[in-house]
Amino acid sequence: MAEATTTVPPAAKTAARAEKAEKKPVVTLATLTPEMASLQQHFGADLIQPAPYEGVLITDPARLTEVTNFLHDELHLESLTSATAVDFIKEGYIELVYHAQHITGGAPLCFKTRVSRKDADTVGLPSLTPIYPGVEFQEREIYDLYGVRFNGHPDLRRILLWEGFNGYPMRKDWHEAYYAQDTKPYDTRWPAGNHKLDEERVPWADNVNYPPNFNPAEYTRNPDEGLYDTMYKEAPEQGPTDTPYQNTGIKTDELIVNMGPQHPSTHGVLRMVVKLDGETITDLKLVLGYLHRNHEKIAERNTWLHNIPYTDRLDYITGMPNELGYVLGVEKLLKIKPTERADYLRVIMCELTRVASHFWSIGFLLNDLGAFYTPALYFITEREFVMDLFDEITGSRMMNNYMRFGGVARDVTPEQLDKIRVLVNERFPRAIDEMERLLSDNEIVRMRTIGVGYLSAERCVAYSVTGPVLRASGVPYDLRRADPYSLYDRFDFDVPVLYGGDVYDRYRVRVLEMRQSLRILEQALAQIEQTKVGDIQAGKKAYIHRVPAGEVYSRVETPKGELGFYMISDGGQNAYRYHVRSASFINLGALKEMTVGMKVADAVVILGSLDIVLGEVDR
Amino acid sequence: MAEAETNLPGTSAVEIKNDPRVPAELNNNVFITTLDKIYNWGRKRSMWPMLFGLACCAIEMICTAAARFDLARFGWELMRPSPRQADLMIVSGTVTKKMLPQIVRLYNQMPQPRYVIAMGACATGGGPFKEGYNVVSGIDKFLPVDVYIPGCPPRPEALMHGFIKLQEKIEKQSIRTVPWYQPGGDDVVPVPMLGPDVVDLRRTAEIAEKTRA
Repeated sequence: MAEATTTVPPAAKTAARAEKAEKKPVVTLATLTPEMASLQQHFGADLIQPAPYEGVLITDPARLTEVTNFLHDELHLESLTSATAVDFIKEGYIELVYHAQHITGGAPLCFKTRVSRKDADTVGLPSLTPIYPGVEFQEREIYDLYGVRFNGHPDLRRILLWEGFNGYPMRKDWHEAYYAQDTKPYDTRWPAGNHKLDEERVPWADNVNYPPNFNPAEYTRNPDEGLYDTMYKEAPEQGPTDTPYQNTGIKTDELIVNMGPQHPSTHGVLRMVVKLDGETITDLKLVLGYLHRNHEKIAERNTWLHNIPYTDRLDYITGMPNELGYVLGVEKLLKIKPTERADYLRVIMCELTRVASHFWSIGFLLNDLGAFYTPALYFITEREFVMDLFDEITGSRMMNNYMRFGGVARDVTPEQLDKIRVLVNERFPRAIDEMERLLSDNEIVRMRTIGVGYLSAERCVAYSVTGPVLRASGVPYDLRRADPYSLYDRFDFDVPVLYGGDVYDRYRVRVLEMRQSLRILEQALAQIEQTKVGDIQAGKKAYIHRVPAGEVYSRVETPKGELGFYMISDGGQNAYRYHVRSASFINLGALKEMTVGMKVADAVVILGSLDIVLGEVDR
Repeated sequence: MAEAETNLPGTSAVEIKNDPRVPAELNNNVFITTLDKIYNWGRKRSMWPMLFGLACCAIEMICTAAARFDLARFGWELMRPSPRQADLMIVSGTVTKKMLPQIVRLYNQMPQPRYVIAMGACATGGGPFKEGYNVVSGIDKFLPVDVYIPGCPPRPEALMHGFIKLQEKIEKQSIRTVPWYQPGGDDVVPVPMLGPDVVDLRRTAEIAEKTRA
């Protein structure tokens, strides 16, 4: 390990630390931006108050819709990028946190509202889906994990878990079977060192818990309860706005088909339930959660440093940008800045990841088109060069665990930089040229993709879609430009935009983005020479960071789109709340609208063009 | 016709030329071995894994099957999306409770002989996500696992090593004792139920008894 080890603190010191943590941190209220001030002016200071740390607080949740309408219509915050909840168990309420943004760029506006923990699943809140359709899945997630009811939501069912699951797992008083302690490091393991296997500790000798008087033989509830209810109803005469579907030909029986969770086309364990009229899709529903591995719950127990390797496993194809998003957020809380060299290394790693990820996704788009595996082989071969580099620099091919608060874990040698230069200047441009030669004018590719899966710019924004999918619909929104982070304001690069809004343009945008990434890499590789070798860590290295109390929403542009980390620190060594706004998850919300009216074979292609990774969808 | 002076390599235990069952003119062309050997030799080099990925490990599995690491060298490359055509299930990634019934069902649908490789830390024992409320602490709680591959994720080389270990295991099996030719050798696992938590149907009585207040 590259970390400097800290000495084991004596017991007295630990006690003193615990005492210090007991003291309540002083909560600072947010300073109002001009936009927030105009909101306050319009609704009055009773309803709109500055919230702790960040954003505004809407004191009366019943008027949430009214305020949100104003935000959308008058302040032109077109897209609701993130919605989540925080359980303040001591204060007795659940806080809903929304981030809305202008699609022209700039920092998002945060607004919050509160609902008491008792009322959350009975009285609930108004749903924001009529204003921001993109919030549908996120509200379902909040309902699933926090038990907040959203009135007026079109399909409020559990999303990541199954119907009948006992309790709302993200609430602070809900404990899993292997629960040991609220925060890590667990006392039993460190410094005491008498670690026992979890199985030996718990009553069932397994990761399960059952409510009292539970008899499995009499249990009848269907885990898919409510899934088919709306699908068996009479099909609407017309699909959603952009893809009007009318059967003018032969009348056939409607058929409901489950694709997945084990299906070669679903890019992992996704389940699509499609209603078919002949071969045409008339309705589609997604069942998620087959890879829900409780990232957020685990991360709220982990120490801050502990979480970095977990972020690698979010979108496991793009570990580096995930780490960057998380590390940037914690750095904001810690108020430290990484060194120049570390910053350049981060950019280099992220852009290499972008190239590799787009190679991968284009390869698998071809897979979905029916060119099974052969084209993908070429692109995986290119990706292997990046994997080799990561292996050499970070010690791992995929799960890099490379970034640290204030720096990176390892420096690169001049030879490694030269290797990257060869890739950037010679190998990759040629590979991209070859790819374009093979695919861009390929008749089959064009016939299968042009005009397929169309989504207009307006609908993309409404659905909070980000990443290449958004840019292929004609919205030049790239966080590296729109809300620059790290060093991206130093580089000369374009944000590729195309206007087709279909699968073909999504592919083309990815190709153009790879070329821009190479441009950034070229500049970064030249500029890194001016930084001091070995100067990769600002401040001191530590295992345990005490992060000052605060709140942050940090976001980066990963190859899939906007990856946001919403974190609350209460001044301890663990995050009080840690939420991941993942691009894949939210982009999937638009899948139905793209797919209805298309053939079932096109659904597979459209899904491929979204380039989802299930680790990030289900977290 | 001149009699062969030497035996073929690998058949030295059998005296072909003196074996009255083999006609003299076939002495040079007949290769005698045990049934077990030929049975296992064929099986171990034509495994059809199921095209089935769960999480991060699946990406390394794909890389292993791709041009650089080239699983085809071992005769393992024919990934079948249908469990009915597959002999080997590579549990490549975190097994969640929600996915568990499907995995067990897929296993039951595979024809025998069938093998299971637990690829990576999660499939082996829950891995970094073990404490999660939706995570199963290793697929071996439900399915019989033949080979465990450590790593998070295991590198392609590690996966290939796991394959070779499985080949070694297959080599040692005998057609006389393999369970699938024995009466009652069908090891169908009851598909777990998703209730308030995942329910192992083999423990139904125990659960009902213990939860009774």
